[in-house]
Amino acid sequence: MENFTPISALIGGGLIGLASGLYLLLNGRIAGISGILGGLLTPTKGGSAVFERLAFIIGLVVGPFILMNATEIEAQSVVTSSLPVIIVAGLLVGLGTTIGSGCTSGHGICGLSRFSLRSLVATLSFMAAGFVTVLVTRHLMGGM
Amino acid sequence: MRIIVSLICGTIFGFGLYISGMIDPQKVLGFLDIWAIADGGWDPSLAFVMGGGLAVAIPIFQFAKNRTEAVCGGEMSLPTNRAITTKLVVGGLLFGTGWGLVGYCPGPALSALAFGHTDTIIFVVAMIAGMGGARAIGLNK
Repeated sequence: MENFTPISALIGGGLIGLASGLYLLLNGRIAGISGILGGLLTPTKGGSAVFERLAFIIGLVVGPFILMNATEIEAQSVVTSSLPVIIVAGLLVGLGTTIGSGCTSGHGICGLSRFSLRSLVATLSFMAAGFVTVLVTRHLMGGM
Repeated sequence: MRIIVSLICGTIFGFGLYISGMIDPQKVLGFLDIWAIADGGWDPSLAFVMGGGLAVAIPIFQFAKNRTEAVCGGEMSLPTNRAITTKLVVGGLLFGTGWGLVGYCPGPALSALAFGHTDTIIFVVAMIAGMGGARAIGLNK
């Protein structure tokens, strides 16, 4: 458990919960990242909806950019997978979150906070698949 | 005003992903590797991120969901679909498989663009292609 970081996990999680709560309270919308991004691909709502989605996504990138450049807080983002695996994984994440109407944020944080049974089922589904996939790639196939 | 709120909420969300370490796929895979519990190699951090997130979000959501209008104006756009369908589960399983392969879900993948790594950019492009393809054939309905 040498990699376990409970304090930063709780603080970071709290910020994610705060952002999701404020987005619903102030703008009346669910902070589901796959939904926000996917909605940009087939915009149907008029008005400022497209700009609101874009602004949220810009914020997602700007937030870490500020912390890595203006503070001492360090983080990394390491991908160890091969190129074909990265492409297949990206396609699966895009396809699955579209078919399943949400991801870790929309179902996991927002859905569970609404006490939605539908989101609980979705969350258990993707968690289960994640556990099994890591079992196969790390333990049965010896890393990909 | 709504656009500024969106930018601020996205930025706070990005702070959270960075500080929590979830911006790193290896932290996520360290959690999904429950098979390493036996030898002490498991990283439960993601469960604490969820716990911290829910602890803050649940009270706000329970307060907000009974409102008829958002604070900045406009409707409360809450999901009305309660159906537990095969499609929901299949989508979750496909997403979880991709998540377990690399360790990125949509939020951290987008936030990690701040590092400018080529691998992250390729993942995000593939993810958007997957979303676009699925939407093009109406799978988001």
